Amino acid sequence: MSSNADLIQDTNHWGGGSRPMGARYGKLMMWFFLLSDALTFSGFLTAYGLMRFKYESTWPIAENVFTHFPGLEGDQPLLYVALMTFILIMSSVTMVLAVNAGEKMNRGAVTNWMLWTIVGGFIFVGSQAWEWYHFIMGDSGAVETARQEILHVYNAEGERLSFSQIVHGMEEGHASNHGETFTKTEVLSSMKGDASLYLKEPGKAGRAFTHAESVAFLEAGDVVQGANMIHNEYGRKQFANFFFFITGFHGFHVFSGVVINFVIFYNVLLGTYERRGHYRMVEKVGLYWHFVDLVWVFVFTFFYLV
Amino acid sequence: MAEHNGTWWIWKVFWILLVITGVEVVLGIIKPEFLLTQVIGTSILNILFILLTLVKAGYIVQVFMHVKYEKKAMKYALYLPSLILIPYLTFILLTEGSYLFS
Repeated sequence: MSSNADLIQDTNHWGGGSRPMGARYGKLMMWFFLLSDALTFSGFLTAYGLMRFKYESTWPIAENVFTHFPGLEGDQPLLYVALMTFILIMSSVTMVLAVNAGEKMNRGAVTNWMLWTIVGGFIFVGSQAWEWYHFIMGDSGAVETARQEILHVYNAEGERLSFSQIVHGMEEGHASNHGETFTKTEVLSSMKGDASLYLKEPGKAGRAFTHAESVAFLEAGDVVQGANMIHNEYGRKQFANFFFFITGFHGFHVFSGVVINFVIFYNVLLGTYERRGHYRMVEKVGLYWHFVDLVWVFVFTFFYLV
Repeated sequence: MAEHNGTWWIWKVFWILLVITGVEVVLGIIKPEFLLTQVIGTSILNILFILLTLVKAGYIVQVFMHVKYEKKAMKYALYLPSLILIPYLTFILLTEGSYLFS
């Protein structure tokens, strides 16, 4: 038989006691919000997976899309996004350190670690803006057929060519268009002039077309450079839509996290929590911040790795 | 809580997350041939990526978000809905998704 003390404990847990979960109201509600947010993000990511599965042959391979690194030339797949991941993990660590210092009522340490967390968040949002800029500006350019399929230009050696290389020639042109825009007429006349050029689908098992078919595709279609919600040079339209939507929604979480972190940081400076006698607000905003990191771990895997 | 002496436990998780991310990036860049064998609809490499991601997510939720130290009722309230609904949604889309081609 259990003792009387155990019975009272049990009553406190399930019989209408004040804290059945052992957590205070604010923390519990933050957790339930995060739970619903996790379901939202999993909905987005599984929808992304479904569309990618459906359009396998024309779905771009991430390492051919995100290849830039500030200050470095040429192909640097994954490097930039790895740096972004590192920054976000680092700022998650400084957040735990802030929460930990809060439990010990160490105001100076909370101030310090909150500040580093905000700095990390800012760098991450800035990095994402940089990545969006390059994504929107585009790189090599592509042909969009009349049926709205994206095809990339290749030469006889199987190298992918940019519009700059096609129009200005291999010596004069750059592997990236560097913001130069090309008209359909320019690209079409250059393609007609070099019988070794052909078009190929961007996906993993993408089909290649003959030179004659390729010229016909371009004649009936158009050229695309960069990306927006309607056209993008990387592949399927849905790829850019999902990229903007998922990284945008995550970026919005990071941005609002930075704002909330700043409000809490300001209150720490004012000594609000010192007077209140506890730093539970830091713990709550910490949960939100870790969640942002958690989502990024999945976005990183499903958008950039798999 | 005994585990909360000092900050070494935070840095331990930091190094685990960093090493796993490093391994993922290196595998993603070199894509070793022997890991590209196809099993259950995808490559071993992709399955490895997903498993490593789940390990990272586990450390973030358990240690950084403190769930490891919560009460059992709290753990169930958080884990049951997410661990039932998310795999369910994934399963439905994976099985029903094949009808997109018919």
